[in-house]
Amino acid sequence: MPLRMELLVCGGTGCQASNSSRVLEVLRESIKEANLQDEVRVLMTGCFGFCEKGPIVKVMPDNIFYVEVDEESARKIVREHVIKGRIVEEKIYKEPETEERLPEQSSIPFYKKQIRIALRNCGKIDPENINEYIASDGYMALARVLTEMTPEEVIDVVKRSGLRGRGGGGFPTGLKWEATRKSKSDVKYIICNADEGDPGAFMDRSILEGDPHSVLEGMAIAGYAIGAQFGYIYVRAEYPLAIHRLRIAISQAREMGLLGKNILGTNFSFDVEIKIGAGAFICGEETALINSIEGGRGEPTVKPPYPAQVGLWKKPTNINNVETFANVPPIILNGAEWFSSIGTEKSKGTKVFALAGKVNNVGLVEVPMGITLREIIYDLGGGIKGGKKFKAVQTGGPSGGCIPAEHLDTPIDYDTLNALGSMMGSGGMIVMDEDDCMVNIAKFYLEFSCDESCGRCTACRVGNKRMLEILNKITEGKGEMEDLEMLKELAETIKDSSLCGLGQTSPNPVLSTMKFFYDEYIAHVKDKSCPAGVCTELLKYYIIPEKCVGCTACAKVCPVNVIHGEPRKVHVIDREGCIKCGECYRTCRFGAITRK
Amino acid sequence: MSKSQKVKWQALERRFNMVNVTINDIKLQVPEGTTILQAAKMVNINIPTLCHLDLHDIKMVNRTASCRVCLVEIEGRRNLAPACATECFEGMVIKTNTKRAIRARRTMVELLLSDHPTDCLVCEKNGNCDLQKLAADLGIRKIRFEGEKSTYTKDSSSGALYRNPDKCIMCRRCETMCNEVQTCGIYSAVDRGFETVVAPAFNLPMIDTQCTFCGQCVSVCPTAALTEVSYVAKVWEALHDPDKFVIAQTAPAIRVALGEEFGLEPGTIVTGKMVAALRRLGFRKVFDTDFAADVTIVEEAKEFIERLNGKGRLPILTSCCPSWVKFIEHQFPELLDIPSTCKSPHMMFGAIVKTYFAEKFNILPEKIVVVSVMPCIAKKYEIQRKEFEENGIKNVDYVITTREFAKMIREAGIDFTKLPDEDFDDPLGESTGASVIFGVTGGVIEAALRTAYEWITGETLEKVEFHGVRGLEDGLKEATVKIKDMELKIGVAHGLGNARRLLEDIRDGKRFYHAIEIMACPGGCIDGGGQPYHHGNLDIVRARLNAIYEEDRNKPIRKSHENPAVIAMYKEYMGEIGGEKAHKLLHTHYTPRERI
Repeated sequence: MPLRMELLVCGGTGCQASNSSRVLEVLRESIKEANLQDEVRVLMTGCFGFCEKGPIVKVMPDNIFYVEVDEESARKIVREHVIKGRIVEEKIYKEPETEERLPEQSSIPFYKKQIRIALRNCGKIDPENINEYIASDGYMALARVLTEMTPEEVIDVVKRSGLRGRGGGGFPTGLKWEATRKSKSDVKYIICNADEGDPGAFMDRSILEGDPHSVLEGMAIAGYAIGAQFGYIYVRAEYPLAIHRLRIAISQAREMGLLGKNILGTNFSFDVEIKIGAGAFICGEETALINSIEGGRGEPTVKPPYPAQVGLWKKPTNINNVETFANVPPIILNGAEWFSSIGTEKSKGTKVFALAGKVNNVGLVEVPMGITLREIIYDLGGGIKGGKKFKAVQTGGPSGGCIPAEHLDTPIDYDTLNALGSMMGSGGMIVMDEDDCMVNIAKFYLEFSCDESCGRCTACRVGNKRMLEILNKITEGKGEMEDLEMLKELAETIKDSSLCGLGQTSPNPVLSTMKFFYDEYIAHVKDKSCPAGVCTELLKYYIIPEKCVGCTACAKVCPVNVIHGEPRKVHVIDREGCIKCGECYRTCRFGAITRK
Repeated sequence: MSKSQKVKWQALERRFNMVNVTINDIKLQVPEGTTILQAAKMVNINIPTLCHLDLHDIKMVNRTASCRVCLVEIEGRRNLAPACATECFEGMVIKTNTKRAIRARRTMVELLLSDHPTDCLVCEKNGNCDLQKLAADLGIRKIRFEGEKSTYTKDSSSGALYRNPDKCIMCRRCETMCNEVQTCGIYSAVDRGFETVVAPAFNLPMIDTQCTFCGQCVSVCPTAALTEVSYVAKVWEALHDPDKFVIAQTAPAIRVALGEEFGLEPGTIVTGKMVAALRRLGFRKVFDTDFAADVTIVEEAKEFIERLNGKGRLPILTSCCPSWVKFIEHQFPELLDIPSTCKSPHMMFGAIVKTYFAEKFNILPEKIVVVSVMPCIAKKYEIQRKEFEENGIKNVDYVITTREFAKMIREAGIDFTKLPDEDFDDPLGESTGASVIFGVTGGVIEAALRTAYEWITGETLEKVEFHGVRGLEDGLKEATVKIKDMELKIGVAHGLGNARRLLEDIRDGKRFYHAIEIMACPGGCIDGGGQPYHHGNLDIVRARLNAIYEEDRNKPIRKSHENPAVIAMYKEYMGEIGGEKAHKLLHTHYTPRERI
């Protein structure tokens, strides 16, 4: 029987967490029960990106995109769609505004504005099968590079494509390759930085899980270009699925002669090893990463010398991020001009963002550079959850900043984000609404930086701690106006004085919130209040007499018995003894309790 | 620039490309690879530093750039640069004293102080602390930052080395010294962020580590995070106890360094004043460890000649340095048959005092308290070793360092520089030039050669100085000495890293020597862990070295076996050199230890 249908089940970590592995099993079982296993194939792919609506099952060639599939609906899909050719309506994505069902992936607003280059195979192929990658033009770019191009030509293409480092810094990839090529040494290394650690970011993980070969191919091409024979992938131990799939990919590539000695019969030999990191955020910094691979403490060292000159084991080393490598094969195949036609003047191509926070469609998107924040949040992201008011979007993780509503129409690229006091970072994008306190958000990111600081230099080790203490003081209502001055001065000094990128950017969340949301800081310091109602110490609970019906529910749940009042009469909170637990606020069914 | 510096400079100019730089509007040319700090020094611009330490001659350069105190502004650079670790490039324009640089520098010192006990008035390093001096130099009058201070467990488990991590400023000098120069690897940074501290693996108590207590970490620690365990109070107690007969012995390296503590030029020989000071402190007898050094030489020369004659294994290794003894026990347990079995001189001395001297002067050994004044911290550990007891009586009761001794002199109100010169007491105060040079690298082997030569040949040695084994610059020295028809190959190592290289070669059969001298501290005891702090100025150590050789030249007797008091002791009490009684009292054995 010829194969007539394929069911693609999302195997990204997000969908797996929503039980997609079980969905896959159920699909297979049901198909076997119907004795269709020879004509219908079920396979697990990488991440589709639409995590909000996972688990996702896509039926091909019918091109039907099912969302939120559970065991029962999986059986139904087999029963109805696979066997009888009837689409299971209720599992088709429903556009919230028009309530229209959109069965095709490309017609769903979440996907409409996406251009998938780095994620080109995620959700399309089985990442554990090298043949599927090859069938999607996989390793074609490597073959072309090895047989038709000189290393200089490869570097030239990458340079002209305008590809910049996707790990955060945005350094032109071609220039980095060229510098490493020019460093004289018989041994050189390629390192793939997969130490993704920003809170809420999962771009690199999804690529490694969904299309590990594209990263291996990118690394091999880079190896050829700079003259390296060996590569390391530094990936955190918290990514077991990515590591598992990488291992399979490496061994399959070796078996097929696409890694190892004399690749494709040429003189070029290149192999790859996985190094598992212990999950220190600082190891994403390239010199710290090198120290960690060498078995030392993951701690940055002074640059220059740059890794391109003195890197791993003191040899010239080229370090790129996962997404950067994944972009390389399509650039080689489609040409520098194709890539550079996408994006803005100085930032070419696409960028993958992990969209998270108070947005309707949480997930992974790949969009052309130059798209506006508004398009991502409202068109792809479907707007703010619960119809709340947008307040800010945080980009760049703990190194980035918070961008307010007035800059929503900024076209995104490396330079515009920097100008706003934020940064591209590796692509985390966290949306905040009116219920988020920006002082508290700054504190959250600073806490992260304090925890993840390697402790080497004074500015970061002690400076960030002191900043955090000032922020604590402010959110506890003990702040004074001088504290704000001190906070700003300290933040600027830490940026100026720290040894590595972590310390040099860790004050960004504080500085950007102070720049755009200074009124919230003032409210905390002068009025001793938290406008968003987040900072517990500053909250005051009131009962609105007009709304209170005297049901006594609040008085009953109050753990410290400070709500008084006769039944059916207006109640009052004695704020002296109130511990601000919020139980009354949550219990009141009449909206009679408010907090400021 | 001194003449020798000029010569060095001209050599540098020939070897390297020169680059043009401008520092505070002064234009100058420097060789490629020169740091901003070095360049500034050439034009007499002083940039404050803290973590930086350049002990170039012993290959210890701390360039961690962690304190961020030496930050300067470089035209065209986004952030400030650490002068100590940033190399000059062509056309570099540097400003060391801009508002920005000064603000950052002051902030760094304030931040360090905000996490420091600031108990300067009662601190061990009061007046000798680099952080204190820096704060004074910068005119810090207020610490603007308040907050949590680090508190850690203090460690005096070894009875030798005292760790107070509360005072650690994370300069990492100890780490560089211990890991790179001494290759013991005791310290590394532990934990993250504000909690980061330099500590042994698993935070083990020092006594459970492979630390040799050489004290070189103490020598370079800028604060009181690492100091010695002090026995000053115990010594005072003994001195004030009428039932005790307290005897002092002084190592050769004390007399050439003690003067520094009282403002005398480095290298001033203060033997007479030192003896006078000890008397005034209340010591009943003031003896010289040099006497026991002469005993060591005759015992060791005897052992050496026996081994040359086929009784035992070659090479013979000197065993005067307790730090080095602990090193070989941990690192080369398979080589424990090659060190001489001789105790270190001050342990021999203790044994002699509590037997020969006690009998001769009819004093009960249990009433005698032997205090060793040593340049050494390891000797504090050594006296606790179980093998150094006779009938439950310790050979030596207390060890105090040169620094502790100076403190006692000051506390007692003795005006050291005005003291008359006095002589050691008889009979254990008699010594030779051979024993004086025990205090410097190459000295022990030179002293041994002077005796061995005469004993082997039966002839008088006219030229007693063996210059081939002298000097600070080379960590590993080799010399061939012709005695009769034999060519003796001599090896000398100072610094444990050099000792490790030498021992590895011996273990692997790559090198052969007849005799080897090893001292744990670079330069030998003159630069011991208990000596006055040199604050990075190795010229001070060089001056001590020259003084030692001067003291040797001034001695009427320069060969150990000619020491009349030593000859008398063997005749009256000890019997034959290397005989049964000598072996019982003057020799020891070694214990294999684990590496951790």
